[in-house]
Amino acid sequence: MTEKKLLMGNEAIALGAIEAGVQVVTGYPGTPSTEALETVVRYADRCGIYTEWSSNEKVALETAVGAAYSGAKALVTMKQVGLNVASDPLMSLSYIGVKGALVLLVADDPGPHSSQTEQDTRVFGHFANIPVLDPANPQEAYELTKLAFELSHEFEVPVILRTTTRVSHSCEDVELAVAEPAPVEASCEGFVKDRRWTIFPRLTTERHPWLENVQVQLSERFSELPYNSVSGSGKIGIIASGVSALYVKEAVKGFEGLFTLFRVGTVHPFPEQAALSFLKGVEKLIVVEELDPYLEEQALQLIGKAHLPVDVYGKKNGFFPVGGEYNVDIVIDGINKVLSKLGEPSRLSHASPAVLREELPPLPVRAPTLCAGCMHRTVFYAFKQAAKQLKKDSQVETIFSGDIGCYTLGNAFPLNMVETCLCMGAGMSIAGGLSRTNSEVKQVAFIGDSTFFHSGIPAVINAVYNGADVTLAVLDNRTTAMTGHQPHPGIGVTVLGNPSKAIDIAGVIRSCGIGSVRTVETVNLEGCIEAAKEAMEFKGPSAIVFKGNCVGITKSGIKLTIDTESCTGCGFCIKQLGCPAIFLPPGEEKPFILDSCNGCGLCAQICPSESISEDGVKK
Amino acid sequence: MKYDILIAGVGGQGVVLASRMLALAAMKAGFRVSTAETIGMSQREGSVSSHIRIGDEISGSLIPAGQADLLIGLEPAETVRNLPFLKKGGKILSNSHAIAPASKPPGSPEYAPEALLAFLKALIPDMLCLDFTRLAEEAGTYRAANVAMLGAAAGAGMLPFSKETILSVLETEIPEKHRAVNRAAFEGAIEKIKPGTLIGNRR
Ligand code: SF4
Ligand code: SF4
Repeated sequence: MTEKKLLMGNEAIALGAIEAGVQVVTGYPGTPSTEALETVVRYADRCGIYTEWSSNEKVALETAVGAAYSGAKALVTMKQVGLNVASDPLMSLSYIGVKGALVLLVADDPGPHSSQTEQDTRVFGHFANIPVLDPANPQEAYELTKLAFELSHEFEVPVILRTTTRVSHSCEDVELAVAEPAPVEASCEGFVKDRRWTIFPRLTTERHPWLENVQVQLSERFSELPYNSVSGSGKIGIIASGVSALYVKEAVKGFEGLFTLFRVGTVHPFPEQAALSFLKGVEKLIVVEELDPYLEEQALQLIGKAHLPVDVYGKKNGFFPVGGEYNVDIVIDGINKVLSKLGEPSRLSHASPAVLREELPPLPVRAPTLCAGCMHRTVFYAFKQAAKQLKKDSQVETIFSGDIGCYTLGNAFPLNMVETCLCMGAGMSIAGGLSRTNSEVKQVAFIGDSTFFHSGIPAVINAVYNGADVTLAVLDNRTTAMTGHQPHPGIGVTVLGNPSKAIDIAGVIRSCGIGSVRTVETVNLEGCIEAAKEAMEFKGPSAIVFKGNCVGITKSGIKLTIDTESCTGCGFCIKQLGCPAIFLPPGEEKPFILDSCNGCGLCAQICPSESISEDGVKK
Repeated sequence: MKYDILIAGVGGQGVVLASRMLALAAMKAGFRVSTAETIGMSQREGSVSSHIRIGDEISGSLIPAGQADLLIGLEPAETVRNLPFLKKGGKILSNSHAIAPASKPPGSPEYAPEALLAFLKALIPDMLCLDFTRLAEEAGTYRAANVAMLGAAAGAGMLPFSKETILSVLETEIPEKHRAVNRAAFEGAIEKIKPGTLIGNRR
């Protein structure tokens, strides 16, 4: 019996995986992929599925690989940037293959909305010789997840299910084949020893032809699938995949006689046969796709190979934007550009808005900021003071290297405390590099607790081994905050909430050989400034683990107020901290504290006239 | 049938919950639905919006510019920010309760909510505007402003389904302990917008 449920793309993927019989699910949180694993967790006990947040994507993939080598069905989830971390095992895995089934959910982020890059996983699949499915909406995400498991099992290869933000984070009425996830039939024959699992040059040489042959077979299979479909009847062809295909459908509504749309759901290996029969029916080709010109390159190649007289209009000749997220309006503009180039009279028209963007009055900027009461603010402020002191006492400047997490927001006004940020775990190593080339400057690197376990540890080891004069500040708020508060190896709790051994960050750092390691609570600003000074004065690598709470999970219950009598209106609290709970109404002199105060007490510790205090306990 | 709704607000105002309730109500009423929302960085005091597309056909989840039939703004500046999504002749329901930006980076324009509300009113004379935050506060908690606004939208006949449909979704979506206040906010808003008693930028 089928059932319709309102599901987010990521939830649909999780339910599809469970229906496909997934037994092991691993991942590292990363927007927009995170909810897929979190949804599986809701059914893990009932369905007998093993789930874990792994310490990073490489570890997640390798764990899933072990399960798949044993004949189990495994899913591993990450975002596009996480795929880079997992790419080392992945590139070898494509040669080795799997036995049960292994599906990688990789969520791309055109825009980007919350990512460091706009990289395109379709191209990664091409690079790694791994099939890629590209759903357009939650319904397709659900169906293609099941297909991914089937294909992986049948062809013994890992399969990538690639989504984008508008698929992962869209909600839709999804028609499910089974109303409620049933317990998974655990069939897994166990690991069978065989030389095929050990990669060696000789094995690679043997496997390479097999791998290439699989691509051909898959391309043929894909050509027959309904996820690659043709609609419309015009002489102008349009090829699109993922959510872009839906934008095209909406853009050309009413002009179906002018265009023929080829929607590609299985993007790699390219379904050549299906594409060829589509291309033979059109005279011109428009390619509509977010991120890289992947389909465009495939189409150009095929057109050349088959000597077809078809002109191609896409990113490469400037008809569509090369980067950024697409929408119906961008697609309309692009298609219109092509039409006018072709001397076609018909124009697709935009809807007429009540107001144009240019007509809007000036609006306040709402830049994302650290939450009211976030412990990171205290640490940044402490280092700012310590660095100021250092500058005053000995004219030494400081460079602050950041990392990926909520604390990247330390770069925002008025803290301005992040001067470099590259990728997960890079803060400390970059600071190491900076120390070699800026010998007179003090180096401080910030990293979060989850990121420390993800890829921070090797940088610590490197700093010790090579004697980099760097101060590491670990911002330990006991969670992976940015992606929605997932546990990690330092918490002592697994993804299911079961107790586990908590790994002590200071202990790890000490065991790596860092000479000066201190742990400080962030409730005490003075203590934080003292610790920062001491660590910065230490010769050689030093570290401080700052312990505090993320107010996203732990509220203090305390609320501070400003005493209007003694407040001088100096504005110090506003100008120094950027706390969203301290508010100065326009035109007024004295600030007040909003309900959103979480009682960290930082403002009370810096107010020169001691006007801020705790005023009873919040209910 | 096609009905596109855009809900806009500031992180923490409950934009996502409101959009989920609308989507579920649309499904209950027998429509197809898709939503797109901002998740992640923007939640930390940033602008948040959710697109809800109701209708018979599957389209991308983002509403094209100038196509929203209804704009629900939980905050005046966010209502204005999202105006380009509203179609000519589209409807607006806006909260008059302003939320100042958390930080004011140098060069960012002063926030003058009164001026923005006046701009809105001049542009769309029959928009529905009220201090829904205060209304919700009177019902028990300012946090229920989002649900109060759904009540207002339903009561004013701005939605393609009945207020009973959305009320039944409220029963399943709001945790038991918050249900009574939310219901009170919902019904309080319907009371307030009874024909003849409402309209205008009353605060
Ligand atoms: S979610 Fe937690 S870590 Fe992130 S800004 Fe808020 S309090 Fe800080
Ligand atoms: S720092 Fe103290 S005196 Fe100065 S504005 Fe803030 S509360 Fe008033």
